[in-house]
Amino acid sequence: MSQEEEVRPVTRGPSVGAVTGAQQTPAHAPVSSALLEVDELRVTYGGAVLALDGVSFSVPEGGTVALLGANGAGKTTALRAVTGLLRFHGGQVTAGSIRFAGRSIARADAATLVGSGIGQVLEGRRVFADLTVAENLRVGAFAGRARRREREIRQELLELFPILAERADQPAGLLSGGQQQVLAIARALMAQPRLLLLDEPSLGLAPRVVAEIGQALRTINERGCALLLVEQSTALAMRATEHAYLLETGRIRTHASTAEMLSDERVRASYLGAPAVLGHPEEVTR
Amino acid sequence: MTAFLQLLFQGVALGCIYALVALGFTVVYRASKVINFAQGSLLLVGAYLVSFLATDLNLPFVAAVVGAIALLATGGAVFQMTVLRRMLGQPVFVLVMITIGLSIVIDSSIPAIFGGNARILGDPWGASAVHVGGVTLNWVRIWTVVCTGLILALYFAFDRFSRYGLAMRATAADEEAALAVGVPVRRVYALTWAIAGGVAAVGGLFLAGFPSSVNPSLGDVALRAFPAIILGGLDSPPGAVVGGITIGIVEVMSSGYAPGWLGNDFSSVAPYVVMILVLLSRPYGLFGTRPVERV
Ligand SMILES: Nc1ncnc2c1ncn2[C@@H]1O[C@H](COP(=O)(O)OP(=O)(O)O)[C@@H](O)[C@H]1O
Ligand SMILES: [Mg+2]
Repeated sequence: MSQEEEVRPVTRGPSVGAVTGAQQTPAHAPVSSALLEVDELRVTYGGAVLALDGVSFSVPEGGTVALLGANGAGKTTALRAVTGLLRFHGGQVTAGSIRFAGRSIARADAATLVGSGIGQVLEGRRVFADLTVAENLRVGAFAGRARRREREIRQELLELFPILAERADQPAGLLSGGQQQVLAIARALMAQPRLLLLDEPSLGLAPRVVAEIGQALRTINERGCALLLVEQSTALAMRATEHAYLLETGRIRTHASTAEMLSDERVRASYLGAPAVLGHPEEVTR
Repeated sequence: MTAFLQLLFQGVALGCIYALVALGFTVVYRASKVINFAQGSLLLVGAYLVSFLATDLNLPFVAAVVGAIALLATGGAVFQMTVLRRMLGQPVFVLVMITIGLSIVIDSSIPAIFGGNARILGDPWGASAVHVGGVTLNWVRIWTVVCTGLILALYFAFDRFSRYGLAMRATAADEEAALAVGVPVRRVYALTWAIAGGVAAVGGLFLAGFPSSVNPSLGDVALRAFPAIILGGLDSPPGAVVGGITIGIVEVMSSGYAPGWLGNDFSSVAPYVVMILVLLSRPYGLFGTRPVERV
């Protein structure tokens, strides 16, 4: 299990804030409104499948929000709508609005959105297996808002996740699942996002690794980056988020503080498909 | 022995041209999974461009070559940005059909513009050669090998060390993940078409060198390079080089050594025989990656 420990973030990192772009909030941004505001969003795939039907949620500047729901509820679709990846999957926004830092982003393309401060970690980690760890990080800096500071940002991330420094020259495909997840997160942070979206980062990981990822996410948030976490299981949401929305077949069912939502047995049993906090096969077997 | 070395030299020179065809092809395929059926036609354009710039516009030959490379690279990128890009979200076979359309347009407009007769290339080498121990080394073939080596070195350095080379590799590995972390994937596609155009200009000009000429049938080289592409593996640039040179050598050697009963044209069949033999043991070519199912 020593490998799992290696993903543990070092929390006493420098407080410069270079890892996230919180300091770069434009002065003209509306003070009171949320960083990300999704309003009455409808999304269809191929013009036929209605995946989201009037979904609204928001993430405050520097906030932490979970989007929970069973398999097929539309969580990934919601993230795709925000990050401009819907087109890639033959989906489209047919109604509603998405605003980021006060500006409508419904039509922006994926690469541009990364440049303007929305980072994401896709479901399944999706590291570039044949590229080295260092190269994966370099790719993450491609659209970075702070490309001139690439070296500095990488240095800080390597201090936060020392395992990535140790493995810098190895192909990413050789890392363990937890390490790949850490790499996927670090790769997204290379672009200095103000908002980081994560799609089921705990999937397939042992509880101990999930706890470490949770710790890392809290550190990232402390440095100013807002989080939107999509999960089917509750363990990570509990650790890393304050507020939670419950998505059920394309509609927001309810929202509340994460602690409140997850203490509701009916919510857990009927929508998250698990009688206990531990929702993953790997966790259950332990 | 002299005959063997002579054939080997010619085989390597021919193989270099195949390697350039295959490289242009795999660079596009690797990033976007588009099988570019117009690559041979791009070589045809390259040869005519050099000839036009060098003989009609009387540019110095080096300037004509550089100009042709720049024009064809730009043309490739513009084609991607104006035509293929509109097809975003369409199935890949639609894009493949469009490349077939492009090759038909090129193949029929070249003779319409320049006439059906052979033109001279305008190169300084002609049939001149050096003789080394009984082996005749034509200058045009020497330069073919030298320039191909240079271009391959440039390409691989670009792929390995530059920012956009990294972006090409990331896009090839996982297009959605590349998009998701901010790689301008559409710009990467345009870049791969620019590379396809640039290497086609060089391949085309050497293809038209002695003993050939600038003529409308040069584009057929794509068919002859096909076994090289398959042999190396569709999505592997190093495979393109190994496959190209192997097939060049096989073709020339079999024209020199094949016994008469195999017929006159065995040399054009031999590359396919080698390709099939390799595919029997390695279905994705020597360097190709087998498609992985993502769980
Ligand atoms: N590319 C697609 N094409 C068609 N339907 C899709 C596509 N992706 C997702 N869907 C459908 O949209 C709905 C929501 O899916 P998804 O957003 O992946 O849910 P979740 O991430 O919550 O599991 C499901 O009914 C799913 O079948
Ligand atoms: Mg999902």
